[in-house]
Amino acid sequence: MNDLALHLLDIVQNSLSAGASLITITVDEDLIKNKLSMAVKDNGRGMTKEQVKKLSDPFFTSRTTRRVGLGVPLLRQTAEQSGGGLEVTSEPGKGTLLSVHFQYDHIDRPPLGDIPNAVVLMVSANPLVDFEYKYSYNGKSYEIDTFQLKEVLGDTPLSDLHVMGMIEEMIKTNQTDLKVCQIQ
Amino acid sequence: MTKIKSLDELRQKKQQLEQSLEIREKSNHPDSLVQIKVAMATCGIASGARTVMNALVEKIRNEKIPAVVTQTGCMGYCYAEPTVEVKKPGHDPVVFSYVDVKKAEEIIDKYIKNNELLDGILPANYQTI
Repeated sequence: MNDLALHLLDIVQNSLSAGASLITITVDEDLIKNKLSMAVKDNGRGMTKEQVKKLSDPFFTSRTTRRVGLGVPLLRQTAEQSGGGLEVTSEPGKGTLLSVHFQYDHIDRPPLGDIPNAVVLMVSANPLVDFEYKYSYNGKSYEIDTFQLKEVLGDTPLSDLHVMGMIEEMIKTNQTDLKVCQIQ
Repeated sequence: MTKIKSLDELRQKKQQLEQSLEIREKSNHPDSLVQIKVAMATCGIASGARTVMNALVEKIRNEKIPAVVTQTGCMGYCYAEPTVEVKKPGHDPVVFSYVDVKKAEEIIDKYIKNNELLDGILPANYQTI
């Protein structure tokens, strides 16, 4: 997987398969601490301790069509190769939190990729699920969630493509501003 | 075009958009829209399903095609990723394999608009219970 936005799409697919109705995505670029971290928290059906232990095993999957599940093992490998790691906390019936971090300037860390596009694709393709997205850069952050968006949009569905284009642009503009405006 | 930055600006833009909306009526009848599902599991994503999805969304947006694009998990066709399933109202769903940007555009131009079948369709070799 060439960039981290693709991994994010993948992990969120896992949350969707677990029946989540609210997914919180956090992306934090912290150049001062030299750390890039991402977290996906969901309120899906959760996993038992045994399942959490088996998560990094590529031959463990909740799918019934195949016996291989590569998403989490690949992400863990990428994280560990970039001087970071992956942690999963989960409780049956309560949900799952997956957090992964990388050493920001590590030569093997894949590029972050187009996260706003990934977030917007996920929101528009899953109109029945609510998302919260928070992006931080050196401690300053920008947050958006589908509750606010639905309030602004009223009747227009979130899956409307024009609307999604505008929301993607909005997220990107705000994120660029965070990086540019270092003065409060 | 001014850049949208705040939720208020989004609200204003949305009002402008509503004036040109047949889309709102269509969203009340999802069965009359073409449903396009892009497989977005690890296999799909790793072979470029995101680019395909973006291309489909772009074309549908620009040409105002009455279709809805969603994601699914693994359909089992990992060897033929990226895959796209298209369900036209009144027809059975059709799964296309090895979809790239060019093929995605062909799917829209030929299958969705003209009902012409393309190469690389995966046959449905199972029955759901």
